[in-house]
Amino acid sequence: MKKDLSILIGGKAGQGSRKAGLVIARLFKALGYYVFIYDDYQSLIKGGHSFSKIRVCKKPVYSHKNKIDFLLALDQNTIDQHEKELTKQAKILYDSSNITFNSKKSTGLNLKEVVESVKGKEIMQNIALVSGFAKELGVKWQDLKKVLDKELTKKKELNLKVAKKAFKKLDQVKKINKLKSKKDIKLLTGNESLSLGAIKAGLDLYFAYPMTPATGILHFLAQYQKEFNVKTIQMENEIGVINAAIGASFAGSKTMVGTSGGGFALMAEAFSVAVQNETPLVLVESQRMSPGSGVPTYNGQGDLSFALNVGHGDIEKFVVAPGDANEAFYWAGKLLNLSWKYQNPSILLIDKEVSESTFSFNKNILNKIKPKKPKLWNGNNDYLRYKNTKTGISPISFPGQGPTVKSNSYEHNEYGLTIEDPKQVKLMQEKRLRKFKAMKKEVQNLKAVKVYGNKNSKKAIIAWGSTKGPALDVAKALNLKLIFPVLLQPFPEKQIKQALKGVKKIALVETNGLAQLGKVLAQYSIEPNKEILKYDARPFAFDELKNKLSNF
Amino acid sequence: MSNKSLNLNTKTKNTWCPGCSNFAILNSFKMAVKELIKYGVPKQNFVLISGIGCSSKIIDYIDLNSLSCLHGRPVVSATGIKLSNPDLKPIVFAGDGGTYNEGIAHLIHAAKRNSDITVLIHDNRNFALTTSQFTATSPKGFKGGSSPKGSVEAPFDPLELMLSSNASFIARGYAFKMDHLKDLIKKAIKHKGFSFVEILQPCVSFYNSAKDYNKRVYKMKKGDLKSKEKALKKINEWDYNNKNSKIPLGIFYKTKKPVFENQVLNGINPSQRTKEVKIKDFEF
Repeated sequence: MKKDLSILIGGKAGQGSRKAGLVIARLFKALGYYVFIYDDYQSLIKGGHSFSKIRVCKKPVYSHKNKIDFLLALDQNTIDQHEKELTKQAKILYDSSNITFNSKKSTGLNLKEVVESVKGKEIMQNIALVSGFAKELGVKWQDLKKVLDKELTKKKELNLKVAKKAFKKLDQVKKINKLKSKKDIKLLTGNESLSLGAIKAGLDLYFAYPMTPATGILHFLAQYQKEFNVKTIQMENEIGVINAAIGASFAGSKTMVGTSGGGFALMAEAFSVAVQNETPLVLVESQRMSPGSGVPTYNGQGDLSFALNVGHGDIEKFVVAPGDANEAFYWAGKLLNLSWKYQNPSILLIDKEVSESTFSFNKNILNKIKPKKPKLWNGNNDYLRYKNTKTGISPISFPGQGPTVKSNSYEHNEYGLTIEDPKQVKLMQEKRLRKFKAMKKEVQNLKAVKVYGNKNSKKAIIAWGSTKGPALDVAKALNLKLIFPVLLQPFPEKQIKQALKGVKKIALVETNGLAQLGKVLAQYSIEPNKEILKYDARPFAFDELKNKLSNF
Repeated sequence: MSNKSLNLNTKTKNTWCPGCSNFAILNSFKMAVKELIKYGVPKQNFVLISGIGCSSKIIDYIDLNSLSCLHGRPVVSATGIKLSNPDLKPIVFAGDGGTYNEGIAHLIHAAKRNSDITVLIHDNRNFALTTSQFTATSPKGFKGGSSPKGSVEAPFDPLELMLSSNASFIARGYAFKMDHLKDLIKKAIKHKGFSFVEILQPCVSFYNSAKDYNKRVYKMKKGDLKSKEKALKKINEWDYNNKNSKIPLGIFYKTKKPVFENQVLNGINPSQRTKEVKIKDFEF
């Protein structure tokens, strides 16, 4: 097998190509390989064109490729759309019951016949295709069966019959080496891993209203709420979501909300309230292509400026943009702890690519997140919710614990009662300003900027959020430096300038049209020599970005 | 319980207009709370939630836990509080503008899901704090800053809306019938599930309806509170627009229904969870 394999499986929505792609990825993982899955689907329920691209490598991999080595087609459209992306040696495996296609490099497998011969269900054609592919690739039946045993929870026996039948029908054409198994690697989407991170930090309640691409968090947490002891609540709208979350957090629960750009806009007013009444909260904003309703099931990084500036008034908050599942896990947990430490709302800014792509997640990171106790009231003296302290952080207490707790969206005195006089307004403003200062200081304790690739290279790529994946793979391939600021507010000026030492040329990579990180960098006199911007609602592919950077 | 612990006053200077009917509501509420505390509800479990407007200033005048949030949003914040710690007693103070205009969706959904909160609406039938504009319950022809020639919109009846939203406790009180109002508030707080009390309050500055209300309001006789049909008939005696009909006060509808938070939480109190969640082997 090639050391870097790209497989595309596609069909109509409803034919199960996503599940099939995941099974293929799990098969390769079981054989000891690293995988990355890019999922592409339209905003419709049945029909259309959906596909998954699975990239398989011996080394960790974070992006998909445009070029395809193996095309697996459940319908004609998949071939028509992707034939041009095939490499010279590519192979096609297609369903000959509904596709007519003649080429030396293709194999037809009559999926309808395979499934009907064992009285299977039509949906099982996806498993038949996976099984046929495994056979051609040279996977042993027992290795495939092991994966299918674990993956197929519904009608397992019948599915296995279908798989066996398809397996027998085809001949082996390639050879694949089994590598040492990687027990620490789990396949997770960003939505799943960030949920786990929050859970590890002690998440009690998750509030949401469905919106792609954040819906996966809602579904995941709802499905496993018993296992993780997290209650998941769907509210009437996003305004309801964040205002309920503020109430819940005020009453003592660790709370998170999730949405995409439009829902985030609806939450903006309450976000400002959470800063004013000092309510800890994590808000997950999974961007999709905007403005407006945009391209709802596709990718974009157009909300950075909005996230950095959200909320009326003098506001500072932590804004973190993780670039893969491991970071999504770590920072979701870290942000929940930081939100409680500083009694302030935080934003986890991701996008469709991080939310819904499947990554090779290293489970050793699980131990890095533990719930941290906030600064609690010690029970002495009369309680002041907004006690004026040196750090600006007031000990927290909750209703029901004894003292009267008054949380106020109006400017307030230390007790929490509404005030308007200039002296008291200034006092409370300055208390919060000191807190913001402490948050800025906290940046020094965080790995806010990461450096990858050739750390001595004079040429550096700067990427943020999901562009990290392709940029990292390209930095390795072209021997460049990658500088990745994961914390975007308070901006880690010192750390990024440290990372830029010795760098002569900078290429900025973003999936938006206005170079929104570029605007932030300009505030710190960091000026990229090259801007590589993509705004067609698709993430960068590895080979695509590599081409753009080959002469850099 | 000592008298000292029952002092519910704060040091905040009251800024309602002289003669405002909110003073009467404040007193009725304080009396109700004092009686409930005597009756055994821990003082520390009361949580008052308010939005924006004259009504919402009330939480600054009562020394109990409180959350002041956004215009139109206290109802949904109250549900968040109850979900977080089901031992608490969230009580919302909000006006007709915030609740029936800005945040109407939250009221309907809280009623629909039977969230175990109490909602007290100070209905002065105009946006007063912004120097008077029409709200959802202003009568047709209401003259305000934005409708100098009179509003062309007829009001809706919030009680009828609550009935059709499946609220499990629906009542109407009158600010100047303080004992009666106190009694309604107590019953609403004791009710398990969503309790809604619409409080008619004359606005001394912009809609002084006291004389009119005094003539027209009457306390309903005890009747069958479980019948929606009978409730609707009583509710429809006045439609918030008609200027002549009598205005019934009291409980219109009260029924037992499964409580939202109990069903969702299943005995868990999220705010008091101590056990750390272990993530073992997983792959989803």
